[in-house]
Amino acid sequence: MNSEHSPIWSLVLTFGLMSLFAVGGANSAIPEMHRVAVDVRHWMTDKQFADVFAISQLSPGPNVLIVTLIGYSVAGIGGALAATLAMCVPTAVLAYWVSRFLTRSSHSRWPGIIRAALVPLSIGLMGASALILAQTSDRTWAAALATAGAAVLASATRLNPLWILLASGVLGFAGVIG
Amino acid sequence: MPPDSPPAAVAAPELPISARPSLIELFTAFARMSLSGFGGVLAFARRGIVEQHKWMTAEEFNETFALCHFLPGPNIVNLSVVFGSRFRGIAGGFAAFAGLVGPPVVIVTILAALYARFGEIDALRRILAGVSCAAVGLLISVVFRMMMPLIGKRDVVALAVMAAVFVAIGVLRLPLPAVLLAAIPLSVGIVVAVRRRGTT
Repeated sequence: MNSEHSPIWSLVLTFGLMSLFAVGGANSAIPEMHRVAVDVRHWMTDKQFADVFAISQLSPGPNVLIVTLIGYSVAGIGGALAATLAMCVPTAVLAYWVSRFLTRSSHSRWPGIIRAALVPLSIGLMGASALILAQTSDRTWAAALATAGAAVLASATRLNPLWILLASGVLGFAGVIG
Repeated sequence: MPPDSPPAAVAAPELPISARPSLIELFTAFARMSLSGFGGVLAFARRGIVEQHKWMTAEEFNETFALCHFLPGPNIVNLSVVFGSRFRGIAGGFAAFAGLVGPPVVIVTILAALYARFGEIDALRRILAGVSCAAVGLLISVVFRMMMPLIGKRDVVALAVMAAVFVAIGVLRLPLPAVLLAAIPLSVGIVVAVRRRGTT
Protein backbone atom coordinates (compact mmCIF):
# COMPACT_ATOMS: atom_id res chain seq x y z
CA MET A 1 0.00 0.00 0.00
CA ASN A 2 1.58 3.25 -1.11
CA SER A 3 0.29 6.17 0.94
CA GLU A 4 2.22 8.81 -1.03
CA HIS A 5 -0.63 8.99 -3.55
CA SER A 6 -3.10 11.83 -3.36
CA PRO A 7 -6.32 10.82 -1.60
CA ILE A 8 -8.30 11.11 -4.85
CA TRP A 9 -5.93 8.75 -6.60
CA SER A 10 -6.14 6.19 -3.83
CA LEU A 11 -9.96 6.41 -3.93
CA VAL A 12 -9.90 5.77 -7.67
CA LEU A 13 -7.55 2.82 -7.30
CA THR A 14 -9.42 1.34 -4.35
CA PHE A 15 -12.91 1.50 -5.82
CA GLY A 16 -11.93 0.88 -9.42
CA LEU A 17 -10.37 -2.40 -8.37
CA MET A 18 -13.13 -3.23 -5.90
CA SER A 19 -15.88 -2.81 -8.48
CA LEU A 20 -14.44 -5.72 -10.45
CA PHE A 21 -14.88 -7.94 -7.40
CA ALA A 22 -18.37 -6.75 -6.50
CA VAL A 23 -20.10 -9.99 -7.43
CA GLY A 24 -23.85 -9.56 -7.13
CA GLY A 25 -23.83 -5.80 -6.72
CA ALA A 26 -22.76 -3.01 -4.42
CA ASN A 27 -24.13 -4.55 -1.24
CA SER A 28 -21.84 -7.54 -1.74
CA ALA A 29 -18.83 -5.25 -1.61
CA ILE A 30 -19.72 -3.70 1.74
CA PRO A 31 -17.46 -6.01 3.79
CA GLU A 32 -14.55 -5.11 1.52
CA MET A 33 -15.40 -1.39 1.72
CA HIS A 34 -15.49 -1.71 5.50
CA ARG A 35 -12.18 -3.59 5.60
CA VAL A 36 -10.42 -1.05 3.39
CA ALA A 37 -12.01 2.17 4.70
CA VAL A 38 -11.93 1.32 8.42
CA ASP A 39 -9.19 -1.27 8.98
CA VAL A 40 -6.63 -0.72 6.22
CA ARG A 41 -6.76 2.97 5.28
CA HIS A 42 -8.35 4.39 8.45
CA TRP A 43 -10.51 6.73 6.41
CA MET A 44 -13.34 6.49 8.95
CA THR A 45 -14.36 4.84 12.22
CA ASP A 46 -16.64 1.85 12.57
CA LYS A 47 -19.43 4.14 13.74
CA GLN A 48 -19.00 6.55 10.83
CA PHE A 49 -19.15 3.62 8.44
CA ALA A 50 -22.47 2.48 9.92
CA ASP A 51 -23.76 6.07 9.67
CA VAL A 52 -22.70 6.34 6.05
CA PHE A 53 -24.48 3.08 5.24
CA ALA A 54 -27.62 4.38 6.94
CA ILE A 55 -27.49 7.65 4.99
CA SER A 56 -27.01 5.78 1.71
CA GLN A 57 -30.08 3.67 2.45
CA LEU A 58 -32.11 6.74 3.37
CA SER A 59 -31.37 8.52 0.12
CA PRO A 60 -32.89 7.60 -3.23
CA GLY A 61 -30.84 6.01 -5.99
CA PRO A 62 -28.74 2.91 -6.43
CA ASN A 63 -27.12 1.29 -3.39
CA VAL A 64 -23.69 1.97 -4.84
CA LEU A 65 -23.92 5.57 -3.65
CA ILE A 66 -22.41 4.55 -0.32
CA VAL A 67 -19.08 5.03 -2.12
CA THR A 68 -20.04 8.63 -2.87
CA LEU A 69 -20.33 9.21 0.88
CA ILE A 70 -17.05 7.46 1.62
CA GLY A 71 -15.36 9.49 -1.11
CA TYR A 72 -16.76 12.73 0.29
CA SER A 73 -15.49 12.01 3.77
CA VAL A 74 -11.99 11.33 2.38
CA ALA A 75 -11.62 14.19 -0.11
CA GLY A 76 -14.74 16.38 -0.32
CA ILE A 77 -16.73 16.81 -3.52
CA GLY A 78 -13.84 15.73 -5.74
CA GLY A 79 -13.52 12.57 -3.68
CA ALA A 80 -17.26 11.91 -3.93
CA LEU A 81 -17.18 12.12 -7.72
CA ALA A 82 -13.95 10.17 -8.08
CA ALA A 83 -15.16 7.30 -5.88
CA THR A 84 -18.53 7.12 -7.64
CA LEU A 85 -17.08 7.05 -11.15
CA ALA A 86 -14.34 4.60 -10.16
CA MET A 87 -16.95 2.21 -8.75
CA CYS A 88 -19.32 2.50 -11.75
CA VAL A 89 -17.37 3.02 -14.95
CA PRO A 90 -15.09 -0.03 -15.23
CA THR A 91 -17.89 -2.55 -14.80
CA ALA A 92 -20.30 -0.51 -16.92
CA VAL A 93 -17.81 -0.68 -19.80
CA LEU A 94 -17.40 -4.39 -19.18
CA ALA A 95 -21.18 -4.88 -19.17
CA TYR A 96 -21.47 -2.94 -22.43
CA TRP A 97 -18.95 -5.18 -24.20
CA VAL A 98 -20.28 -8.42 -22.78
CA SER A 99 -23.85 -7.57 -23.72
CA ARG A 100 -22.79 -6.80 -27.29
CA PHE A 101 -20.91 -10.07 -27.44
CA LEU A 102 -23.76 -12.10 -25.99
CA THR A 103 -26.44 -10.71 -28.28
CA ARG A 104 -24.37 -11.96 -31.21
CA SER A 105 -23.63 -15.42 -29.90
CA SER A 106 -26.57 -16.30 -27.70
CA HIS A 107 -27.64 -19.80 -26.64
CA SER A 108 -24.33 -20.46 -24.97
CA ARG A 109 -24.71 -22.48 -21.77
CA TRP A 110 -21.98 -20.55 -19.95
CA PRO A 111 -24.08 -17.58 -18.84
CA GLY A 112 -26.41 -20.01 -17.08
CA ILE A 113 -23.55 -21.85 -15.42
CA ILE A 114 -21.83 -18.69 -14.26
CA ARG A 115 -25.05 -17.29 -12.91
CA ALA A 116 -25.79 -20.47 -10.97
CA ALA A 117 -22.24 -20.43 -9.60
CA LEU A 118 -22.31 -16.78 -8.54
CA VAL A 119 -25.70 -16.67 -6.83
CA PRO A 120 -24.57 -18.47 -3.64
CA LEU A 121 -21.43 -16.31 -3.51
CA SER A 122 -23.35 -13.08 -3.68
CA ILE A 123 -25.84 -14.23 -1.02
CA GLY A 124 -22.93 -15.17 1.26
CA LEU A 125 -21.33 -11.77 0.68
CA MET A 126 -24.53 -9.89 1.43
CA GLY A 127 -25.01 -11.96 4.56
CA ALA A 128 -21.50 -10.98 5.61
CA SER A 129 -22.38 -7.32 4.94
CA ALA A 130 -25.36 -7.64 7.27
CA LEU A 131 -23.24 -9.30 9.97
CA ILE A 132 -20.49 -6.66 9.87
CA LEU A 133 -22.96 -3.78 9.95
CA ALA A 134 -25.01 -5.42 12.70
CA GLN A 135 -21.93 -5.74 14.89
CA THR A 136 -21.58 -1.96 14.78
CA SER A 137 -25.24 -0.92 14.82
CA ASP A 138 -26.76 -3.45 17.17
CA ARG A 139 -24.89 -2.87 20.41
CA THR A 140 -28.02 -2.90 22.59
CA TRP A 141 -30.96 -5.27 22.85
CA ALA A 142 -33.33 -2.55 21.69
CA ALA A 143 -31.22 -1.96 18.60
CA ALA A 144 -31.06 -5.66 17.78
CA LEU A 145 -34.82 -5.83 18.21
CA ALA A 146 -35.28 -2.91 15.79
CA THR A 147 -33.12 -4.72 13.24
CA ALA A 148 -35.09 -7.93 13.66
CA GLY A 149 -38.37 -6.02 13.42
CA ALA A 150 -37.28 -4.30 10.22
CA ALA A 151 -36.15 -7.61 8.73
CA VAL A 152 -39.50 -9.25 9.50
CA LEU A 153 -41.56 -6.31 8.26
CA ALA A 154 -39.59 -6.07 5.02
CA SER A 155 -39.84 -9.83 4.43
CA ALA A 156 -43.50 -10.27 5.29
CA THR A 157 -45.04 -7.09 3.88
CA ARG A 158 -44.68 -5.00 0.74
CA LEU A 159 -44.22 -1.85 2.75
CA ASN A 160 -41.99 0.79 1.14
CA PRO A 161 -38.61 0.37 2.88
CA LEU A 162 -38.39 4.12 3.34
CA TRP A 163 -41.19 4.00 5.95
CA ILE A 164 -39.35 1.31 7.89
CA LEU A 165 -36.16 3.40 7.89
CA LEU A 166 -38.00 6.55 8.95
CA ALA A 167 -39.93 4.78 11.70
CA SER A 168 -36.70 3.43 13.11
CA GLY A 169 -35.15 6.89 12.87
CA VAL A 170 -38.04 8.27 14.92
CA LEU A 171 -37.53 5.53 17.51
CA GLY A 172 -33.86 6.48 17.62
CA PHE A 173 -34.67 10.16 18.05
CA ALA A 174 -37.04 9.31 20.89
CA GLY A 175 -34.13 7.57 22.63
CA VAL A 176 -35.71 4.13 22.50
CA ILE A 177 -32.74 2.68 20.60
CA GLY A 178 -29.64 2.99 22.73
CA MET B 1 -47.29 0.20 -28.79
CA PRO B 2 -45.41 -2.87 -29.94
CA PRO B 3 -47.22 -6.22 -29.89
CA ASP B 4 -45.90 -8.94 -27.59
CA SER B 5 -42.54 -9.87 -29.02
CA PRO B 6 -41.94 -13.47 -29.97
CA PRO B 7 -39.48 -15.36 -27.69
CA ALA B 8 -36.88 -15.34 -30.45
CA ALA B 9 -36.51 -11.59 -30.08
CA VAL B 10 -35.31 -11.79 -26.49
CA ALA B 11 -31.74 -10.74 -27.18
CA ALA B 12 -32.46 -7.55 -29.08
CA PRO B 13 -35.76 -5.78 -28.56
CA GLU B 14 -37.24 -4.80 -31.88
CA LEU B 15 -39.31 -1.73 -31.38
CA PRO B 16 -40.41 0.39 -34.30
CA ILE B 17 -38.04 3.36 -34.63
CA SER B 18 -40.67 5.80 -33.41
CA ALA B 19 -41.09 3.86 -30.13
CA ARG B 20 -37.39 3.95 -29.34
CA PRO B 21 -36.60 6.25 -26.45
CA SER B 22 -34.63 9.37 -27.33
CA LEU B 23 -31.54 10.36 -25.34
CA ILE B 24 -33.55 12.84 -23.31
CA GLU B 25 -36.25 10.26 -22.64
CA LEU B 26 -33.59 7.80 -21.49
CA PHE B 27 -32.09 10.35 -19.14
CA THR B 28 -35.38 11.47 -17.61
CA ALA B 29 -36.81 7.95 -17.34
CA PHE B 30 -33.76 6.68 -15.46
CA ALA B 31 -33.58 9.81 -13.33
CA ARG B 32 -37.22 9.31 -12.33
CA MET B 33 -36.74 5.61 -11.51
CA SER B 34 -33.61 6.40 -9.55
CA LEU B 35 -35.12 9.19 -7.50
CA SER B 36 -38.11 7.09 -6.53
CA GLY B 37 -35.90 4.11 -5.67
CA PHE B 38 -35.49 4.02 -1.92
CA GLY B 39 -33.74 0.86 -0.78
CA GLY B 40 -32.86 -0.20 -4.32
CA VAL B 41 -33.90 0.88 -7.77
CA LEU B 42 -34.56 -2.50 -9.39
CA ALA B 43 -38.30 -2.68 -8.65
CA PHE B 44 -38.79 0.83 -10.00
CA ALA B 45 -36.69 0.11 -13.08
CA ARG B 46 -38.82 -2.93 -13.85
CA ARG B 47 -42.02 -0.96 -13.41
CA GLY B 48 -40.77 1.95 -15.52
CA ILE B 49 -39.23 -0.02 -18.37
CA VAL B 50 -41.73 -2.87 -18.67
CA GLU B 51 -45.06 -1.54 -17.44
CA GLN B 52 -44.96 2.20 -17.90
CA HIS B 53 -42.90 2.78 -21.05
CA LYS B 54 -43.22 -0.76 -22.51
CA TRP B 55 -39.68 -0.52 -23.85
CA MET B 56 -39.10 -4.20 -23.07
CA THR B 57 -41.22 -7.24 -22.30
CA ALA B 58 -40.89 -8.75 -18.82
CA GLU B 59 -38.89 -11.57 -20.33
CA GLU B 60 -36.45 -9.26 -22.09
CA PHE B 61 -36.04 -7.32 -18.88
CA ASN B 62 -35.27 -10.48 -16.87
CA GLU B 63 -32.70 -11.61 -19.43
CA THR B 64 -31.00 -8.22 -19.42
CA PHE B 65 -31.02 -8.01 -15.66
CA ALA B 66 -29.65 -11.54 -15.30
CA LEU B 67 -26.74 -10.55 -17.52
CA CYS B 68 -26.06 -7.49 -15.39
CA HIS B 69 -26.41 -9.47 -12.21
CA PHE B 70 -23.75 -12.01 -13.02
CA LEU B 71 -21.30 -9.35 -14.12
CA PRO B 72 -19.45 -7.62 -11.28
CA GLY B 73 -20.27 -4.10 -10.16
CA PRO B 74 -23.46 -2.27 -9.27
CA ASN B 75 -26.17 -4.21 -11.15
CA ILE B 76 -28.55 -1.40 -11.82
CA VAL B 77 -25.74 0.81 -13.13
CA ASN B 78 -24.73 -1.96 -15.50
CA LEU B 79 -28.37 -2.34 -16.50
CA SER B 80 -28.71 1.36 -17.33
CA VAL B 81 -25.68 1.27 -19.62
CA VAL B 82 -26.66 -1.96 -21.35
CA PHE B 83 -30.25 -0.80 -21.76
CA GLY B 84 -29.42 2.68 -23.04
CA SER B 85 -26.79 1.43 -25.47
CA ARG B 86 -29.18 -1.11 -26.99
CA PHE B 87 -31.47 1.64 -28.13
CA ARG B 88 -29.10 4.52 -28.81
CA GLY B 89 -25.56 3.18 -28.89
CA ILE B 90 -22.86 4.55 -26.62
CA ALA B 91 -24.60 7.93 -26.29
CA GLY B 92 -27.71 6.11 -25.05
CA GLY B 93 -25.65 4.26 -22.48
CA PHE B 94 -24.25 7.56 -21.25
CA ALA B 95 -27.67 9.19 -21.10
CA ALA B 96 -29.21 6.37 -19.06
CA PHE B 97 -26.16 6.20 -16.76
CA ALA B 98 -26.18 9.97 -16.21
CA GLY B 99 -29.89 9.90 -15.41
CA LEU B 100 -29.53 7.02 -12.99
CA VAL B 101 -26.47 8.27 -11.13
CA GLY B 102 -26.35 12.05 -11.59
CA PRO B 103 -29.35 13.37 -9.64
CA PRO B 104 -28.97 11.04 -6.63
CA VAL B 105 -25.23 11.80 -6.46
CA VAL B 106 -26.12 15.46 -6.01
CA ILE B 107 -28.54 14.58 -3.19
CA VAL B 108 -26.11 12.22 -1.50
CA THR B 109 -23.28 14.76 -1.72
CA ILE B 110 -25.47 17.35 -0.01
CA LEU B 111 -26.32 14.81 2.70
CA ALA B 112 -22.61 14.00 3.06
CA ALA B 113 -21.81 17.68 3.55
CA LEU B 114 -24.57 17.99 6.15
CA TYR B 115 -23.29 14.89 7.93
CA ALA B 116 -19.71 16.20 7.94
CA ARG B 117 -20.94 19.44 9.52
CA PHE B 118 -23.65 18.24 11.89
CA GLY B 119 -22.83 14.54 12.34
CA GLU B 120 -21.79 15.01 15.96
CA ILE B 121 -25.05 16.63 17.06
CA ASP B 122 -26.70 14.36 19.57
CA ALA B 123 -30.19 14.32 18.05
CA LEU B 124 -28.82 13.42 14.63
CA ARG B 125 -26.62 10.72 16.16
CA ARG B 126 -29.69 9.10 17.74
CA ILE B 127 -31.71 9.31 14.51
CA LEU B 128 -28.89 7.76 12.49
CA ALA B 129 -28.45 5.02 15.08
CA GLY B 130 -32.13 4.16 14.62
CA VAL B 131 -31.99 4.31 10.84
CA SER B 132 -28.90 2.13 10.65
CA CYS B 133 -30.56 -0.60 12.73
CA ALA B 134 -33.45 -0.73 10.27
CA ALA B 135 -31.09 -0.53 7.28
CA VAL B 136 -29.34 -3.69 8.50
CA GLY B 137 -32.75 -5.32 8.92
CA LEU B 138 -33.66 -4.50 5.32
CA LEU B 139 -30.41 -6.05 4.15
CA ILE B 140 -31.16 -9.20 6.13
CA SER B 141 -34.57 -9.46 4.48
CA VAL B 142 -32.97 -9.23 1.02
CA VAL B 143 -30.55 -12.02 1.95
CA PHE B 144 -33.46 -14.08 3.18
CA ARG B 145 -35.49 -13.58 0.04
CA MET B 146 -32.53 -14.61 -2.12
CA MET B 147 -31.89 -17.70 0.01
CA MET B 148 -35.45 -19.02 -0.22
CA PRO B 149 -35.11 -20.57 -3.72
CA LEU B 150 -31.94 -22.42 -2.64
CA ILE B 151 -33.66 -23.73 0.47
CA GLY B 152 -36.74 -24.64 -1.56
CA LYS B 153 -34.65 -26.68 -4.00
CA ARG B 154 -32.71 -28.23 -1.07
CA ASP B 155 -29.59 -27.15 -2.89
CA VAL B 156 -27.18 -28.26 -0.15
CA VAL B 157 -24.06 -27.63 -2.21
CA ALA B 158 -24.98 -24.05 -3.02
CA LEU B 159 -25.93 -23.42 0.60
CA ALA B 160 -22.55 -24.79 1.72
CA VAL B 161 -20.70 -22.50 -0.71
CA MET B 162 -22.79 -19.60 0.53
CA ALA B 163 -21.99 -20.40 4.17
CA ALA B 164 -18.27 -20.74 3.42
CA VAL B 165 -18.17 -17.29 1.79
CA PHE B 166 -20.18 -15.84 4.67
CA VAL B 167 -17.68 -17.16 7.23
CA ALA B 168 -14.59 -16.20 5.23
CA ILE B 169 -15.73 -12.61 4.68
CA GLY B 170 -18.02 -11.87 7.61
CA VAL B 171 -16.28 -13.74 10.45
CA LEU B 172 -12.67 -14.20 9.39
CA ARG B 173 -12.67 -10.84 7.54
CA LEU B 174 -10.46 -12.12 4.75
CA PRO B 175 -9.84 -9.83 1.75
CA LEU B 176 -12.52 -10.10 -0.93
CA PRO B 177 -10.24 -10.68 -3.98
CA ALA B 178 -8.50 -13.63 -2.31
CA VAL B 179 -11.79 -15.22 -1.28
CA LEU B 180 -13.33 -14.80 -4.73
CA LEU B 181 -10.28 -16.10 -6.56
CA ALA B 182 -10.72 -19.31 -4.59
CA ALA B 183 -14.52 -19.41 -4.47
CA ILE B 184 -15.43 -18.61 -8.08
CA PRO B 185 -13.48 -21.47 -9.74
CA LEU B 186 -14.67 -23.82 -7.00
CA SER B 187 -18.31 -22.85 -7.42
CA VAL B 188 -18.19 -22.96 -11.24
CA GLY B 189 -16.52 -26.38 -11.02
CA ILE B 190 -19.24 -27.67 -8.71
CA VAL B 191 -22.05 -26.40 -10.95
CA VAL B 192 -20.46 -27.94 -14.04
CA ALA B 193 -19.91 -31.26 -12.24
CA VAL B 194 -23.46 -31.36 -10.88
CA ARG B 195 -24.99 -30.56 -14.29
CA ARG B 196 -22.85 -33.12 -16.05
CA ARG B 197 -23.91 -35.79 -13.58
CA GLY B 198 -27.52 -34.73 -14.05
CA THR B 199 -27.48 -35.08 -17.85
CA THR B 200 -25.56 -38.34 -18.29
